[in-house]
Amino acid sequence: MAHPEAPKLIPPRYQRSGRDRHNAEKWSWIFMRASGVVLIVLIFTHLFVNLMTGDGVQQIDFAFVAGKWADPLWQVWDLTMLVLAMIHGGNGMRLLINDYARTDWMRKTLKVALVSSVTVIIVLGSLVIFTFDPCPTDDAGAFLPGVPTFCEDVQ
Amino acid sequence: MSPAPTLYRGREGMWMWVVHRATGVAIFFFLVVHVIDTALVRVSPEAYNEVIESYKTPIFGLVEAGLVAAIVLHAFNGLRIIAIDTWPWALRHQRMLVWVVWGIMILMMAAFLPRHLSNVFGGA
Repeated sequence: MAHPEAPKLIPPRYQRSGRDRHNAEKWSWIFMRASGVVLIVLIFTHLFVNLMTGDGVQQIDFAFVAGKWADPLWQVWDLTMLVLAMIHGGNGMRLLINDYARTDWMRKTLKVALVSSVTVIIVLGSLVIFTFDPCPTDDAGAFLPGVPTFCEDVQ
Repeated sequence: MSPAPTLYRGREGMWMWVVHRATGVAIFFFLVVHVIDTALVRVSPEAYNEVIESYKTPIFGLVEAGLVAAIVLHAFNGLRIIAIDTWPWALRHQRMLVWVVWGIMILMMAAFLPRHLSNVFGGA
């Protein structure tokens, strides 16, 4: 039974769009749960390896990153983490925009900003992982300072 | 008489909903910054090392501790949400499960903080 003092429904000042497009919200619901479970494994491992092993945060530098990305496993690991986390987080931000943006204009503006930043970050991060050079050199062909020690061996 | 609390109205369930949103937004913005700082490996080793040095300062070390706590809360509250969507038992005990989430956070931080803080403040 309804509460006797339940507030009257007020028509929203904007119209939400796309609510029933191909069950989009159902797939959003499923994605958040599936990606969330996978992200727990990916991120907790990432945090453990980077912050708990060795010297923790003190060990992180260019050579540490180069050492990890020499292994295709960590490349795929970080790429999966990047894509899933950005879509999971971006979709969460979309729900907040739907809840809190009070005008059509604000809602559209925030969503354009959100979709652009999520796209830029995923593209940037993927390019970084796949075009990474562990042993960059200067114009004369000498290694830049800070490259990992294995660069000398490979040469 | 006030209406009986439900999953999302009043008490633990409502406050965890707030915590889930707040931690989610914080983690999202950190992730954006974190991808950009990692992208500096494509500029030069020195540029990356210089920026990553700031992550090793005491202030950032404490921010990282807060970030890890936020991630743990968000992760295990996410599992709580999946559980209460899936099993009637978990729905009936959703308030107790909130305290399980906080308990797991305290345990995991008890494992993480001594190591992390000694790395940050121990001086390398």
